[in-house]
Amino acid sequence: MSPNLTLAIVAGILVACGVYLLTERSLTRILIGVIIMSNGVNIFFLVASGPAGPPPFVGSSEAGTSADPLPQAMVLTAIVITLAVTAFVLAMAYRSFQLHGHDEVSDDVEDARIRELADRDEASESFESIAFADTGEDVVSE
Amino acid sequence: MISSLTNLLPLPILVPLLGAGVALLLGHRPRAQRMVTTLCLLAVPVITSVLLYLADTRGVQHLWVGGWRPPLGIALVSDRLSALMLLVASLVTLSVHVFATGQDDEERKVETPVSIFHPTFLLLSAGVSNAFLAGDLFNLFVGFEMLLFSSYVLLTLGGTADRIRAGSTYVVVNLLSSTLFLMALTAVYAATGTVNIAQLSLRLPELDDHAQGALQMILLVVFAIKAAVFPLSAWLPDSYPTAPAPVTAVFAGLLTKVGVYAILRTQTVLFDHRPLSPVLLVAALLTMLVGIAGAVAQVEIKRILSFTLVSHIGYMTFGIGLATPEGLSGAIFYTAHHITIQTALFLVVGLIERVGGSTSIDRLGRLASASPALAALFFVPAMNLAGIPPLSGFVGKLGLLNAGVNDGSPLAWLLVVGSVLTSLLTLYAMAKIWSRSFWADPVEGAPEPPDNVTLPRLQTMTAMAMVGVTLAITVAAGPLYGYADRAADTLRNGDYARVVLSDVDS
Repeated sequence: MSPNLTLAIVAGILVACGVYLLTERSLTRILIGVIIMSNGVNIFFLVASGPAGPPPFVGSSEAGTSADPLPQAMVLTAIVITLAVTAFVLAMAYRSFQLHGHDEVSDDVEDARIRELADRDEASESFESIAFADTGEDVVSE
Repeated sequence: MISSLTNLLPLPILVPLLGAGVALLLGHRPRAQRMVTTLCLLAVPVITSVLLYLADTRGVQHLWVGGWRPPLGIALVSDRLSALMLLVASLVTLSVHVFATGQDDEERKVETPVSIFHPTFLLLSAGVSNAFLAGDLFNLFVGFEMLLFSSYVLLTLGGTADRIRAGSTYVVVNLLSSTLFLMALTAVYAATGTVNIAQLSLRLPELDDHAQGALQMILLVVFAIKAAVFPLSAWLPDSYPTAPAPVTAVFAGLLTKVGVYAILRTQTVLFDHRPLSPVLLVAALLTMLVGIAGAVAQVEIKRILSFTLVSHIGYMTFGIGLATPEGLSGAIFYTAHHITIQTALFLVVGLIERVGGSTSIDRLGRLASASPALAALFFVPAMNLAGIPPLSGFVGKLGLLNAGVNDGSPLAWLLVVGSVLTSLLTLYAMAKIWSRSFWADPVEGAPEPPDNVTLPRLQTMTAMAMVGVTLAITVAAGPLYGYADRAADTLRNGDYARVVLSDVDS
């Protein structure tokens, strides 16, 4: 089987665009990225299924010439899943818009806090200084 | 010979799925809904125990669903590994459900119960079962999608600002890994013409070495994202801690382990002839050390536990990376142990949050005097996680260390040192929680700890039961380790392909 080069290149470009959009912060752009990317993958399935042919019904065509039905079934499943993903991410983006007035994913608060402490070179609140009570020297000597 | 008992195989998937539908219809009647969920989740452990018995005594069980002529239909397969995972998973989901019910009762006055929780939770359980039973990679993908979708909903339950933020990261990361999984499937199908695991295990070795390497790596990356193996683990501590306590408990216990299971399955059954030892071992070492370093830096108990979760995924990866029978059985035992221990700890943290009003160790204090029972409930699994003898964590770690030493390569020795270090640092992280939340006075400005609190009964009983399960694993460590040895043996001796393909006309 020789794979279809045009389809493979189209799929590659779609996936690349999708990955680029996925690195954005706005949920709607991420969603568009996911949709483009999954379309790219669906085209990959077409590449994998080999050359096109008549529908694979018994008796409707010569054995061995019909199209491979299995990748098409898989693509169908993938499309259904993408539909659900789209609905869910849209709902999440809308909720985020309701809460913040935009749909950008913000940084983790705890992470930001710890990074700030590290930048200022301070110990976090949970740091326990371990010193001998009588001499005041650090238990862990330098 | 096809025993009629193999017809039990689809039930761990079908029962929760059916229950989810019924529960959704009963959305306006919380009591009936809860009853349906409880019944379904009670039935699943019974079925999975039978499957475990069958897998252990009669070998690999399989069923071609749909009555197509094999190998056309969808195969469900339960070998020793799947059956063990199924049983542990069903016990965990049951106990988390009971815990959540207790929480509902407690919070009835402040919050109306969410009618979507039970159906989603059942779907999650069905997805997990489907992933463990899947006999082909595409069905494994469907199982993953089922459990991921339920987890998206459960993680963003209530739609508060925090959960939407954490949920966004989680959803986007998992969408990417699902897309990668699909790409892996196309590549596998294009190269071999099948996605059936049994057929793949025969056809993959015949492929060109580079093609095999590419397929193996892309599958590993996909499952490493789900299992949170460093450097693909950053999403986990970011997203898990914000969810409600029962949800975090079931996520931490189960979801990453499904990823570990998938790595274990693909790397042994499909690629046993070309183990990726160096890659897996280095990833394991980094996962352990980076994970535990994160845990040490945190002050919030849920986040500390999430980081230890990441770090302990390293132990399982270590066992898989060794690719020796001892390493694999160590990894299997450790996975079973870790599912229960992580769930138990997160359930106890749910109680801590309830009693102390917070999960930040800066705001907690003197919990041991406020509630000695809670202290005991936290102490036992915490020590188990750190691997203090004679608890099951110690047994699991000892097995893995033993396997590493017997392997003898420099990298394996490095991993042995890394595991011991990680163990010590886990102990440090647990001791930090213990001394600051249970013994020390709260930091100035924090609210006074309550005196003589009464623990919510049902929730405490559930947490106790879960801790009891971890102790039972300790007591039964010998037989269970023997079982893990046999499970590891089944993974590598080719039984899987032989049995599944036994009724395929060539």
